[in-house]
Amino acid sequence: MTTIAQVPFAEVREHSSLRWAVRDVLTLARRNLIALFRIPTALVFAIIQPIMFVLLFRYVFAGAIPIPGVDYVNYLIPGILVQTTIFGAVGTAIGLAEDLQRGLIERFKALPMARMAVLGGRTIADSARNIMVLVIITFVGMAVGFRPHSFFPYLQACLVMLVFAHCLSWGFAFVGLAAPNSETAQAMTFPLVFPLTFASNVFVPLTGMPGWLRGFATYQPVSQTANAVRGLMLGSEHGQSTYVSLAWSVGFILVLAPLAVNRFRKAA
Amino acid sequence: MSEFAVEATNIIRTFHDGQFRALDDVTLMVPNGQVFGLLGPNGSGKTTMIRILSTVLSPTEGHALVGGYDVVKDPEKVRQVIGLAGQFAAVDENLTGFENLRMVGLLNHMERPRVYARAEQLLNDFGLTEFSNKLAKTYSGGMRRRLDLAAALVANPPILFLDEPTTGLDPQSRQDLWAIIENLVEGGTTVLLTTQYLEEADRLCKQLVVIDHGKIIAEGTSAQLKSRLGTTVLALTFGTTSDSERALHLLTEISSKPANVEGTIIELTVDNGPAAAADALRRIDAAGITLGGLQLREPSLDDVFLNLTGHKAEDPTQTNPLPPGRRGRRGRRGRRKASV
Repeated sequence: MTTIAQVPFAEVREHSSLRWAVRDVLTLARRNLIALFRIPTALVFAIIQPIMFVLLFRYVFAGAIPIPGVDYVNYLIPGILVQTTIFGAVGTAIGLAEDLQRGLIERFKALPMARMAVLGGRTIADSARNIMVLVIITFVGMAVGFRPHSFFPYLQACLVMLVFAHCLSWGFAFVGLAAPNSETAQAMTFPLVFPLTFASNVFVPLTGMPGWLRGFATYQPVSQTANAVRGLMLGSEHGQSTYVSLAWSVGFILVLAPLAVNRFRKAA
Repeated sequence: MSEFAVEATNIIRTFHDGQFRALDDVTLMVPNGQVFGLLGPNGSGKTTMIRILSTVLSPTEGHALVGGYDVVKDPEKVRQVIGLAGQFAAVDENLTGFENLRMVGLLNHMERPRVYARAEQLLNDFGLTEFSNKLAKTYSGGMRRRLDLAAALVANPPILFLDEPTTGLDPQSRQDLWAIIENLVEGGTTVLLTTQYLEEADRLCKQLVVIDHGKIIAEGTSAQLKSRLGTTVLALTFGTTSDSERALHLLTEISSKPANVEGTIIELTVDNGPAAAADALRRIDAAGITLGGLQLREPSLDDVFLNLTGHKAEDPTQTNPLPPGRRGRRGRRGRRKASV
């Protein structure tokens, strides 16, 4: 064993500057994105699964889902995009549960880094992943016949759902930090995302649902977001749904982010 | 800086709304520039103490200064003077060795060129250069521990906390890690380490405290503790329990410490092993008892605990119930440990 080189210890500094906080968030966001590309299952979950959904609904179920006045593929792709970004939040929960399980959260907490960088780096990495998936699914959608109306409203639609998914993912961060391990985190989040995405207008119009379900499905935030996204992408009437979706986003982040941060303080 | 790297006074930490007391009035003074040992069985409170000193957990009561900074009032400053290598080799498996060190260096707010130089240097010092671009998930247990320790050293902290640094390692990796720790202390680093192994405490630590159920039950140098304990364990095996019971009466005078009886085996802690063995044989022979086996060995942590507390170093999963989730988390990692 060679001698371990010691260099003089740097002076203790004040570390509260915004510049460091931003660098900490970016350092961890980058680390989380690297991991995404190195774990094949994560990549399959993020990209292959939504492509399968596109193909499944476009070619298997489409014939059985008649929607007056609109080509089903144009109805479907905005829905799949919303569903995919929300499913991405499951990754937020799993990633944090794994970090906790492996002792990385403990290590981070003993470092002079910005406290919020662990959660910020995670949710921002997940948003970056969502952007990548949105681009890919858009092109896949166009290859199977999807024709969005115009470019700028399309970008607006993407922004609405990215904001929505980001705000929602703080709730999943809380679940990930509260779960004893990543398998449990996964098991705890699926019962949350399933009703939100499937008891909605994401894949099918609400008209075929029984009355009790239709009430929930109409007003729940994912349907509102899907309405906004679909309206913007297709250039069709969508009422106040953009504002309703953004209001949900604000509500989510105001309630869920403090919960997640509080949970993070206690976790070790 | 005072002469102590760590000054912790009357630390109490409870869990589950005060129902479980992990640390009960622990006072710890770690002098600068040496290895200080915290010796105790699973669940004794060692990890909780390390977590409090490294600002990961806050104490329920009591005060702690690390490098002269208060862990509760000035955690930002404490974090700049410490390095922590926790129990579970907390490396990111999906990053390479180099990337792990780069991440920790950047999060320590070091400038990029310095991070890169330091990472290369540590990988070299720890014999990991060859693997620096391999994912940490491909590393052996010993390599992971070395990478974990390297991560704790990136910012060159003057105070290092090591929580069971060699648990689960093979003998060669353990020797390597001991050499690294000794090397660091020669360079001026203060090390506070926890261990379950008497041998490790004996080899590395100038001073140590023994902790059990959250309380300090003994402290001093390794030599002082050993002299309290006796240096050798004499183990005698008999054919039947009636033989061992008869023999026990004859043997109690040999050691001043209480004998440990398990089935037909009697264990005595003695100062002079060969003389005690000869004495024991004479007594047993004179009484006409048949001896099945005789063994002399170094005292283990179990022996220390038996002598200090009158009970064995127990498996805490039976004595300190933890929430099922938490136990599951530890259990899944293939350890019996359930430290809180």
